[in-house]
Amino acid sequence: MKKTLSLLATTSLISAGSAAVAVDLEVTHWWTSGGEAAAVAEFARLFNENTEHTWVDGAIAGAGGTARPIMIGRITGGDPMGATQFNHGRQAEELVEAGLMLDLTDLAEEEGWRDIVNPPSLLDSCTLDGRIYCVPINIHSWQWLWLSHQAYEEAGVDVPTNWDEFVAAAPALQEAGKIPLAMGGQPWQQNGAFGVMAIALAGIEAWEAVNVDQNAEVAAGPEFARVFEAAAEARALSARSNVQDWNQATNMLITGQAGGQIMGDWAQGEFQVAGLVAGEDYSCLPGLGVNEIISTGGDAFYFPKVSDPEVEAAQFELASLMLSQEAQVAFNLRKGSLPVRGDVDLEAANDCMKRGLEILASGNILPDANQTLSPDTQGQIEDMMTEFWSDQNYTAEEAQRLYAEIIARAD
Amino acid sequence: MSRARRGTAPVRPPIRLFRNLSSKIAAIPMVLVGLGVFVGGTIWTVVYSFTDSRLLPRLQFVGFEQYERLWSTRRWLVSIENLAIYGIVSLVFTMCLGFLLAALLDRKIRYEDTFRTIFLYPFALSFIVTGLVWQWLLNPDFGIQSVVRSMGFPNFNFDPLYNSDLVLIGLLIAGLWQGTGLIMVIMLAGLRSIDEDIWKATRVDGIPIWKTYIIVIIPMMKPVFVTALVLVTSGIVKLYDLVVAMTSGGPGISSEVPAKYVYDTLFTRQNLGQGFAASTMMLVTVAIILIPWAYMQFREKRQ
Repeated sequence: MKKTLSLLATTSLISAGSAAVAVDLEVTHWWTSGGEAAAVAEFARLFNENTEHTWVDGAIAGAGGTARPIMIGRITGGDPMGATQFNHGRQAEELVEAGLMLDLTDLAEEEGWRDIVNPPSLLDSCTLDGRIYCVPINIHSWQWLWLSHQAYEEAGVDVPTNWDEFVAAAPALQEAGKIPLAMGGQPWQQNGAFGVMAIALAGIEAWEAVNVDQNAEVAAGPEFARVFEAAAEARALSARSNVQDWNQATNMLITGQAGGQIMGDWAQGEFQVAGLVAGEDYSCLPGLGVNEIISTGGDAFYFPKVSDPEVEAAQFELASLMLSQEAQVAFNLRKGSLPVRGDVDLEAANDCMKRGLEILASGNILPDANQTLSPDTQGQIEDMMTEFWSDQNYTAEEAQRLYAEIIARAD
Repeated sequence: MSRARRGTAPVRPPIRLFRNLSSKIAAIPMVLVGLGVFVGGTIWTVVYSFTDSRLLPRLQFVGFEQYERLWSTRRWLVSIENLAIYGIVSLVFTMCLGFLLAALLDRKIRYEDTFRTIFLYPFALSFIVTGLVWQWLLNPDFGIQSVVRSMGFPNFNFDPLYNSDLVLIGLLIAGLWQGTGLIMVIMLAGLRSIDEDIWKATRVDGIPIWKTYIIVIIPMMKPVFVTALVLVTSGIVKLYDLVVAMTSGGPGISSEVPAKYVYDTLFTRQNLGQGFAASTMMLVTVAIILIPWAYMQFREKRQ
């Protein structure tokens, strides 16, 4: 009894002594696959250990497409969470314009975010009229072709080192009863894979003309004609991969049923959870091994405006923590993504991540399509792409014609 | 006559508005909610479908631009076509199968309760659960196809959900499995309400059973058929969750439906104007079907 009393007394003293009041901060995100959940748990751990606040996990299952409407609905509906994930770029543009997001500029100036965030374009995606509204936390690049060593060994061919070799090795895989290219049936995956092929095969200039300057002529031109032909070829290689989710497709590589997958570096988290070693069990080709480049899409956290000043204080603390060196290392190692600051030590990073860091340091970077095109335009392209990828009779010319039309209409 | 003269005030008929006053007052909240939520919401949606609203609604009118874009969008056209095919086939099959099952159960068979329960049970599941169950059953690697193949038919092919030409059949199988039971029960209730004497009379006249059903029983069950029809049709127009659970519109866009287009453009694509235009078109379609029907019902009553 006495013990309990004294225990109660001490705890109440401690909590009374600290200046800020502990807040339960709800954080929503759509990280639910094995590797992703492990990564976000690192943030939660650091937040609970280093501050007196509590991280309330608000994971929303079913990928960004399902989660974003729920998040936006809660923010516009007057029930804001403490913090929420969005992808860099234009997804939260109108919410910021409507004044629903917390202005982080003061904190950013105090901590010198401009100097530590690398590449600086990430912070630009968070900026509107000179004010900063979000914290970039990682760089995710789509530009990877993942290869399963087990599949190639069993088929008796060498692991390819670029896209042409990959296509050439496909018949051997098919003979061995394997699927050369694993591809989930969801539109964003098919569209993403096309984007990777566009950068690798049409070249950076043509890609930028279409995706940044929205030049429909280039989209209808010969560079992109080559991309659509290659995509039609890839479509034939991915026939019979009857999976939907990207991690199911990655799992086909892990189990050696499929040769390769074009997917962002988040796939690496799955390889890691399965205990595979980069360079030994699987390998990675940035830019399909043709154009070594990193696109700097990724995730950012936004902090919806709340009326309670205590919650606001906790929001600033979380924002600061997410950019700290410790959190950057812990989170990104688990997630398989690259940190947003160049001054952290990623000794523990594996081969593939190190390659990514090198490319990043050399400045071979491009914005992500999410940063340059509106969700509406992206959606129209996805509709077109998913029809193209799932119908073997859909010609490359027809697809290119529609693609150019959408780009001409883009806003 | 004398009584009227004796009274001080002249007797007037009561004002119609104040008849059953208390029940009218009680109905006011419901009427207001109905007007505000349904009518008000509908008008708001139609008005904003003429604007260029993106993530947040704003009154920036652009005329019929959203509708022009809607009707030149392939996905919307495919959605309409899919809904029409699914609607007609599922309407015909649910009504026919529902009636057939009900008629068979009505033949005073043994274990009627058991059969009725079996047929009705799928209706207790939501479309999401139904969709997931059938997604697994129709999965070529785990479901029916792999079971039949393992029984010694290695060339057996049945994977409707991964074939653009057959995907609607997959949806129909699941939809019919779920919905037929309810229609059967409604039809059965209708059959049970038919007077036993009618059956006796037709038997005396020597009319065969199948003929009795067609020329006597079905015409007598008209109200039951109308109820079943309304239930089935409203279910078809709002078809959404089954598609999301089974195919999420795929492969490609071959199983998209209008309700899904509305949801996707409104929320994931952040284009309210376009989504409102699509939902207004859905409303117009329903109205085109409903208004003649309501008009006919109304005229029948007046006669």
